[in-house]
Amino acid sequence: MRHLLDIIDWSPEELDTLMDVADDIIAHPGDYADTMRGNILATLFYEPSTRTRLSFEAAMLRLGGHVIGFADAAASSVSKGESVADTIRTVACYADIVAMRHSKEGAPTVAAAFSSVPVINAGDGGHNHPTQTLADLLTIRREKGRLNQLVVGLCGDLQFGRTVHSLISAMSRYRSIRFVLISPDELRVPEYLREGMKAAGVPFTEVERLEDVMGTLDVLYMTRVQKERFFNEADYVRLKDSYILTAEKMKLARKDMTLMHPLPRVNEIRQAVDEDPRACYFKQMKYGMHMRQALILQLMEAAK
Amino acid sequence: MNINEIQDGYVIDHLHAGRALRVYRYLNLDQLDCSVAIIKNAKSERMGRKDIIKIDELIPLNMEIISYIDPGATVNVIQDGKLVDKIRLTVPEHVKGVLKCKNPRCITQTEQELQHMFVLKDRQKGTYRCYYCDTIHKPED
Repeated sequence: MRHLLDIIDWSPEELDTLMDVADDIIAHPGDYADTMRGNILATLFYEPSTRTRLSFEAAMLRLGGHVIGFADAAASSVSKGESVADTIRTVACYADIVAMRHSKEGAPTVAAAFSSVPVINAGDGGHNHPTQTLADLLTIRREKGRLNQLVVGLCGDLQFGRTVHSLISAMSRYRSIRFVLISPDELRVPEYLREGMKAAGVPFTEVERLEDVMGTLDVLYMTRVQKERFFNEADYVRLKDSYILTAEKMKLARKDMTLMHPLPRVNEIRQAVDEDPRACYFKQMKYGMHMRQALILQLMEAAK
Repeated sequence: MNINEIQDGYVIDHLHAGRALRVYRYLNLDQLDCSVAIIKNAKSERMGRKDIIKIDELIPLNMEIISYIDPGATVNVIQDGKLVDKIRLTVPEHVKGVLKCKNPRCITQTEQELQHMFVLKDRQKGTYRCYYCDTIHKPED
């Protein structure tokens, strides 16, 4: 049984095929409107997530399928102490495919081990969020026309940001990628990722200030820096403005740079930037839904 | 003390000095009724100092956990007072059901009856990752 638990479990070729399907869905949505008729997606959301859950549900509905599920663990048997294994075996009796979000890391891996239907990891704690990475990859491919020969800047909290970790892992497999990692010293990427990039021969630089590297980037992936992550107030005060993207700072960027953000944002990208044609974060959400459509189709096809 | 003192049992030899108690604990040797001897800091030509454990009964022995803690160890199997087998351990690919994941956010902390499982990550460093949450564990953790 094929599942999507970690983006790395899928080869670049498989991801390319998935993106081809998503491109075709975008070009010919009508051709896919009935492809999932009679099928049911279960969205098991043990912790709240408006964006990801709605994206999965919209994806299934746009394919002509149906959706069941829960949006809060308190409303399920989990509140009575049911295990993930028992929940998934029950749900697999009712649904043809499952999307699961769970606060515990590895919960979707447990679900997949006990499931008779495909399981999609819709986010497990700070561990993985592979469908966000699918959205990110499609955004880069559609906006830049390629997934190789790119300078990719990642800015903000690079230590705890799971979307950043997955994107680095996924893009390290493409040719001639260079990463520019922009973060305060406290929030640099974890050691295992740094070692992974070195082992894979992927060049990267680590800097503290966004302004210094803005003009060198093909893609800028912004994330939020939270004050409570800093060890001392002085560093926060010194650096906080460096991680807020303003229209002024966008002037330093290339004319064809692609600006991304996994959302939700708080204040790290000023609203004035939204009008900039390089700002792609809302498109990124839409691409995420189309990638989820493609993923549901591929997993259901493989399960036949 | 020497291995001839054991009729049927094991001598876990060539443990790095200081590791015997961890092996003792992970193998739950405190729950055995037979004689168990721990020799700490024994002189060794090859290792300088080493630890040794002697178990005076042929119990089912989890080699995975011994090799996880100390892949350089040797397990001598004694039957009728004679050495019948000398098992040289190697770094195991998987370690199941003995170690527990230290990540408080890991699903193994809450899921009932789920076996903890670790997969070898780096043979040189002897590091393992939790099969579920990918948290890296070292034998000295």
